[in-house]
Amino acid sequence: MPITYYIVLSSILFVLGVIGVVVRRNAIVIFMSLELMFNAANLLFVAFAAYYQIITGQLFVFFVMTVAAAEVAVGLALMVAIFRAKHSIDVDQMSSLKG
Amino acid sequence: MPVIQIVIFAILGLVAVGTAVGMLLSRNAVYAALFLVLNFATIAILYLILGAPFIALAQITVYAGAIMVLFLFVIMLLGVEKLPFKERLRGQRLIAILLGVVFLGEAVLYLVYRGQAGQLPLPDAIQFVSPAELGRVLFSQYMLPFEITSIILLAALVGAIVLTHHDKPTPAAEQI
Repeated sequence: MPITYYIVLSSILFVLGVIGVVVRRNAIVIFMSLELMFNAANLLFVAFAAYYQIITGQLFVFFVMTVAAAEVAVGLALMVAIFRAKHSIDVDQMSSLKG
Repeated sequence: MPVIQIVIFAILGLVAVGTAVGMLLSRNAVYAALFLVLNFATIAILYLILGAPFIALAQITVYAGAIMVLFLFVIMLLGVEKLPFKERLRGQRLIAILLGVVFLGEAVLYLVYRGQAGQLPLPDAIQFVSPAELGRVLFSQYMLPFEITSIILLAALVGAIVLTHHDKPTPAAEQI
């Protein structure tokens, strides 16, 4: 089975994540789309690790997961703080810095 | 058994793409989160097929377990599960989807044709990488990155607490 299939699946998932970030205005859904993109990248890491038969690719998935977990923790904390101030997590409303 | 492999891959791929689309289209944030859990589970099965059992189970526990529970917890804590679906800029959604499709075509073409590896087959019998082997490399060759992740996690922990900590005026401050 060619590795092309994994490349295509992973690209589709990544692009769906990009579209989610651009289209949706809810900050939580934007974060979920980010997770989708992390996952697409991870899938490609594991696929190429299996292809080249080296385990470094799997290790990098481990590191990506750690960073994603940290990012989600800080992001959701930010969201709670913003919701407390503005009573909304719509990203269009977060325009106080606009000149 | 390449045919069976391709059938299984096709089913998993369809489920993964379908749940991703469902997440993008659902109006309820809770449903979006549950779609994403299903997506993570299918990708975990793909990891198993690719011979990465440790990563697959870490995916289930860390992503589907911890991170999505955190998401659901915040959604329900804030009570923002109903998502309005109107767009501020007219035509924004259409343009975003068009550009996304263009980006997809570009990425696939580049990876498949320029990246030479695209045409080559995966090995027929993929060996499972045991967690012991993974751990040995992690704690010898990649010790420094491992330590750095601990600092990242510590920073995230401190950041999350500082961001959500609600300052109550202390009695001493009120008197002044």
